[in-house]
Amino acid sequence: MSRYVGKSMKRVEDPRFIQGKGKYVANIHLPNMAHLAIKRSPYGHARIKSIDTSKAKALPGVIAVYTGQDLIEGGVGKLPCGWNVPDIKVPDRWPLTPDKVRHVGDGVAAVVAETPYIAYDALDLIEVDYEPLPAVVDAKKATEPGAPLVHDNVPNNISYTWALGDKEACDKAFAEADVVVELELVNQRLIPNAMEPRAAVAQWNAATEEMTLWTTSQNPHPIRLLLSAFTLGIPENKLRVISPDVGGGFGSKIFHYPEEIITPWVARAINRPVKWVATRTESMMTDSQGRDHVTHCKLALKKDGTMTGLHVQTWSNQGAYISTFAPLIPTALYITLLSGLYKIPGIWGEMWGTLTNTVPVDAYRGAGRPEASYLLERLVDLAAQELGMDPIEIRRKNFIPANEFPYQTPVAFMYDSGDYHKLFDKAEELADYKKMRQEQEKARKEGRLIGIGVAGCIEASGPAPSAVAGSLGSAVGFWESGKIRIHPSGKVTVFTGSHAHGQGHETTFAQVIADELGVNIEDVEIVHGDTASVPFGMGTYGSRSAAVGGSALVRSAERIRAKMIKIAAHQLEAAEEDMVYDQDSGKIYVKGSPDRAKSFAEISLAAYTAHNLPEGLEPGLEETAFYDPANFTFPNSAHIAQVEVDRETGEVRILRYVAVDDVGKVINPLIVEGQIVGGIAQGVGQALWEHGVYDENGQLLTGSLMDYAMPRADGFPHIEVARTETPSPHNPLGVKGAGEMGTIAATVAIANGVMDALAPLGIKHIDMPLTAEKIWQAIQNATSGNGASGGGD
Amino acid sequence: MKITVTVNGTTYERDVEPRTLLVHFLRDELGLTGTNIGCDTSQCGACTIHMNGLAVKSCTTLAVQADGAEITTIEGLAQNGELHPMQKAFWENHALQCGYCTPGMIMAATKLVENNPNITEEEIRHGLEGNICRCTGYENIVKAVKAAAAEMAGGD
Ligand code: FES
Ligand code: FES
Repeated sequence: MSRYVGKSMKRVEDPRFIQGKGKYVANIHLPNMAHLAIKRSPYGHARIKSIDTSKAKALPGVIAVYTGQDLIEGGVGKLPCGWNVPDIKVPDRWPLTPDKVRHVGDGVAAVVAETPYIAYDALDLIEVDYEPLPAVVDAKKATEPGAPLVHDNVPNNISYTWALGDKEACDKAFAEADVVVELELVNQRLIPNAMEPRAAVAQWNAATEEMTLWTTSQNPHPIRLLLSAFTLGIPENKLRVISPDVGGGFGSKIFHYPEEIITPWVARAINRPVKWVATRTESMMTDSQGRDHVTHCKLALKKDGTMTGLHVQTWSNQGAYISTFAPLIPTALYITLLSGLYKIPGIWGEMWGTLTNTVPVDAYRGAGRPEASYLLERLVDLAAQELGMDPIEIRRKNFIPANEFPYQTPVAFMYDSGDYHKLFDKAEELADYKKMRQEQEKARKEGRLIGIGVAGCIEASGPAPSAVAGSLGSAVGFWESGKIRIHPSGKVTVFTGSHAHGQGHETTFAQVIADELGVNIEDVEIVHGDTASVPFGMGTYGSRSAAVGGSALVRSAERIRAKMIKIAAHQLEAAEEDMVYDQDSGKIYVKGSPDRAKSFAEISLAAYTAHNLPEGLEPGLEETAFYDPANFTFPNSAHIAQVEVDRETGEVRILRYVAVDDVGKVINPLIVEGQIVGGIAQGVGQALWEHGVYDENGQLLTGSLMDYAMPRADGFPHIEVARTETPSPHNPLGVKGAGEMGTIAATVAIANGVMDALAPLGIKHIDMPLTAEKIWQAIQNATSGNGASGGGD
Repeated sequence: MKITVTVNGTTYERDVEPRTLLVHFLRDELGLTGTNIGCDTSQCGACTIHMNGLAVKSCTTLAVQADGAEITTIEGLAQNGELHPMQKAFWENHALQCGYCTPGMIMAATKLVENNPNITEEEIRHGLEGNICRCTGYENIVKAVKAAAAEMAGGD
């Protein structure tokens, strides 16, 4: 019996946040601290003819001004790519660009001053003479002949191409298909917008030549490695990177960014602590963005609804530079997911990663998987419509049956476990799906546009088996570290290489370890985010913390127990095999005689006094494990959304939203539900409102929260959440990961719902976001007689 | 310019540049970093505080406008070591994840309920429209505000 795991416990991290005591980077104040600000390009594409910093330098309170060339001469390196697919061309990316600006927000100079206000004043005094160049912003148009080149040495703006699947089987499926449904779609650009803007504080110790950098990162160790090996050149053992409380990431804080190079570089140059904090506008034009695919796709089926083939071509917008993990997203996290929940024998996917004059694109919550789910689930709905089948009926017909796991898809992944029928049973029941359909029927007769959106989605999470990642292009491993230190008094400190920026690890990992060791949860402290105390760890993304980070901790706990059993056996003069470790109480006793026992505290102390240890056993009680997962995990979901479209205004209202997810075993249901609902909010945001828009010059038209529509409390629906549970068979906790499923499923659930609502008007597809304006236009087109069969834009 | 402000019960006299935003004054001058900054267009509400009994976005207020004002920030909401019912309700209902929007959200919600003790779900959602949370999907925030409203009414 576990005392903590599986229970909805209040979070131990909350008291500091609800009292305004969060330790965010922007809250750090050091004596004698100077302030950094970055001069950024107002152009999407322009040559820098000259930069005059003299006026800025002359402003009282300005300490120094640096250009890109100054930094290069000062020894900074280029930002590297961490995922190298075959034949990729990775163009140069410097912390400040020395020659050309390639997107709005590209940094050209840095000012360090006594106060932030003076630093900003000085930015206005820097004179940059630009020669504007023609720009390209569309992923596919970038490859057309004559398109402006973002980097002169990347022909056709194609950085890489990638393909996967069985082309022959795919072609055959289409040749023999009874029905083919096709879509040309745009999966629009998103801006992640974690509420905490990025920030960095650096402190140089000239005496010891040690640098401390506080940065808003989801993964401080990899950032330290990149700084050390590529960009800053300070040895890893002289560089301490701390990511304290981080105010949300959603992927955008995984990557290595110019400012976390410039800030410590300047701190060393002026030998003073330096702080940089992004404004929201800066975040919106420099944080790596999400999605942005142009896709042609088609699905082949038999008359009875059996899916036989899927063909996908995608132009994936990479932005102006290749961000740290950018090439992973539209390849091994996208094409590999095209099988969805289904048995589809002939799948072929190919993609082109193209450079444009836009902010770089990289992982954003879901990362590749929402794009895969979106196109597949849209096609399945179109097929159902074409064949006159119910959307759930056609899905059920094609599910991988529960008894066929592990299941090898034609696109590389081996799904670990699942029961998709059970998942949909629960969703149908919770939604009262049949009644929903009857109500829809009735409403349609009254002329109302009610739609029911169904989505069945798969996710590959818990990255990743390191060797597999390596074979796919990763420059790093994806194991995780976990270290447990038992103090002489029996108190426990746990160090995890994963990182929390809202996920609640301080609570969930304490639940796990308290159960593993049989101690009280109040006695367990979780430490993360500091390279000085935590063993090298890979950080948090891809819904990996519980599956990979949690597993590492379980392994360390096993080692702790084993050592404690050895000590207890020795002191109780019994054989090790005869000892029982009671995980409810931490008591270790001799089998059959519970009185011959040692308490957790007694053995903890004994390990440190070392007065009476078994021969050859080292004193101390501290264990570290590095856990490399055997496979990804495969969470899956059935979401049903009931929506109504206002015929007069085109506005969408969500009437009900039902989410059933299988994320494997659950450590803390309260936290998991929070993750699912929060994920759904971002998915709904993409479906209905969010869009990072550039004009043809590369101007970002949605560069503030006034122009970029985020989900707000008003107009956001109540979410009904439920779970099924098929434990992941290959990690000790049986967990699958809960961070991204909501986002993956919600986008297409809502899109399918809106399209279902509009189906009676003959509208087949409108690209997201499904704003009132676009829907209204589509309704006008459809009902005015011209274009009755077509949809939106 | 010289200003005198009372923040969380303590009166401060300070010289400020006329252009200093109140949020910067609170954070950088008084060291009250509990009030966060999430945007530069008065959209997100992360910076919400109470000034003279009203919920105010401190990023859109100049420090000099606060001359003579009574201000409460998130640091001053708990009384005598007792969490405010809104703080407790946020904790109990898992109404925060990364915590960044939380101080502003709690300060906005507190005034909302004070002004409308029998607040409905719809009114909560409408009233919090100026506070963005990227993490929670608002579900548990709404729950928390409802719970706090009940507790605040009961405590009268
Ligand atoms: S920081 Fe004040 S509204 Fe965003
Ligand atoms: S809890 Fe993270 S923004 Fe609200």
